[in-house]
Amino acid sequence: MASKKLNNIYIKDAFSIAGPVEKKGAIKNYDLEMDDYYYGEKTFEQAEIKMQREVIDNLLLKNKLMNSEIDVLVGGDLSNQISVSCYAASNYNIPFFGVYSACASFIEGLITASELIESKRKAYAICVTSSHNLHAEKQFRFPIEYGAPKPATTTFTATGAVATLLTKEPSKIKVESYTIGKVEDMGCKDASHMGAVMTPAAASVLVTHLTELKRNIDYYDLILTGDLGCIGSKILKEYLKRAYNLKIKRHLDSGCELYLKSQEETYAGASGPVALPLYLFNKILKEKKYKKILLIGTGSLHNPFFVNQKLSIPAVAHAVSLEVI
Amino acid sequence: MNKDEYQKLVKDFTPKEKKGKNALIAFCVGGLVGFLGEVVAMILQNSFGMEVQESYIWLCVIVIFIASFFTALGFFDNWVSKCKAGLFLPTTGFAHSVTSAALDYRKDGLITGLGSSFFKLAGSVILYGIISGFFLSILGVIIHGQ
Repeated sequence: MASKKLNNIYIKDAFSIAGPVEKKGAIKNYDLEMDDYYYGEKTFEQAEIKMQREVIDNLLLKNKLMNSEIDVLVGGDLSNQISVSCYAASNYNIPFFGVYSACASFIEGLITASELIESKRKAYAICVTSSHNLHAEKQFRFPIEYGAPKPATTTFTATGAVATLLTKEPSKIKVESYTIGKVEDMGCKDASHMGAVMTPAAASVLVTHLTELKRNIDYYDLILTGDLGCIGSKILKEYLKRAYNLKIKRHLDSGCELYLKSQEETYAGASGPVALPLYLFNKILKEKKYKKILLIGTGSLHNPFFVNQKLSIPAVAHAVSLEVI
Repeated sequence: MNKDEYQKLVKDFTPKEKKGKNALIAFCVGGLVGFLGEVVAMILQNSFGMEVQESYIWLCVIVIFIASFFTALGFFDNWVSKCKAGLFLPTTGFAHSVTSAALDYRKDGLITGLGSSFFKLAGSVILYGIISGFFLSILGVIIHGQ
């Protein structure tokens, strides 16, 4: 069984910071906003560390919690050796777990943190994730100032960080169940078409989740995928219909929704582990429109070395079901 | 659904690149840069009294400086994106590729960062330029006998 129902795990609070392009996008009023990519630091990498620390600090402050009261900190990001999360965690006296599923890292973190505190009577866990456009560009693509022309399928790594506080005390958002996804590889080799790479993984975890928990797709008011992008979302719809004979109606993709259509530099939409939580906490949950939400974090597990060696790109997706009470 | 069927599905949903339009933009921009270069060379020859050979050397220096300087100021990449491959002329493209790499790695150490990554993109141009130059010169000797 890849799925499990959870007992009494709640999301108490979340704190977000958004980058310069994101704050001009579809969502206004993030908790914190950055004016530039350096965020007062010397390098982009160090700026991303500062972003993670800012959201954790503010989350602790907002909820009047001390370091010692947090049982575990789970962090994940896109940098090599998930260094950003590790450096950020070094600032706190909290036991730390680093996770990596590329852009599904937030969901993997949520599942890990939930499992770690589930057996306890009273516990707090913080789940943090971030991505930084220019840090990711430097690591995965051409130099930033090169400006190589890109195809329309390219997604734009979102800049931001989100820290989430999980508790055992009842609150308004319940983490109801989760499904761990399988790594899928359908032979896509194009690193600038992540939507196509991740779609089979997203579809597979969705179908597994529905089958194992004996649910119908209409059970959910909203299925929120991570960063398939606008083109990937269309592929998902068609793929589910052809491969699984499943019709997906109430679906939104955070990557496709995070920016305005007029922001042409974002091509097919946002990507990065932070895209899903940014959209979830700052739009979906604030709107209070949906009661049952299935989050599907999608991660393209690519590495420039293997792409250069002409191997196809594997992808993984994990699902978490939220209930808004 | 097998891999081939999936690739076909992806292809159906992938927007086609406007290759003709991109090529036309690149052709016009590249031509315009060449034309401007020629104008500068003429000015150097007529107003500064340079020989043709000398004026082209100075022209190269000016073009390389402009491309690098604009890259450093941070807007040349936007031009490159808009002009497709039109600005990837041997001089501007090369200068821009090394300057952009240098900007990326300037804070990662002079040897470990800037030094080792300076030719990250341009390295291939240098290597294969030298190799093709070598073989073409051999070909030249075989054909012309000198």
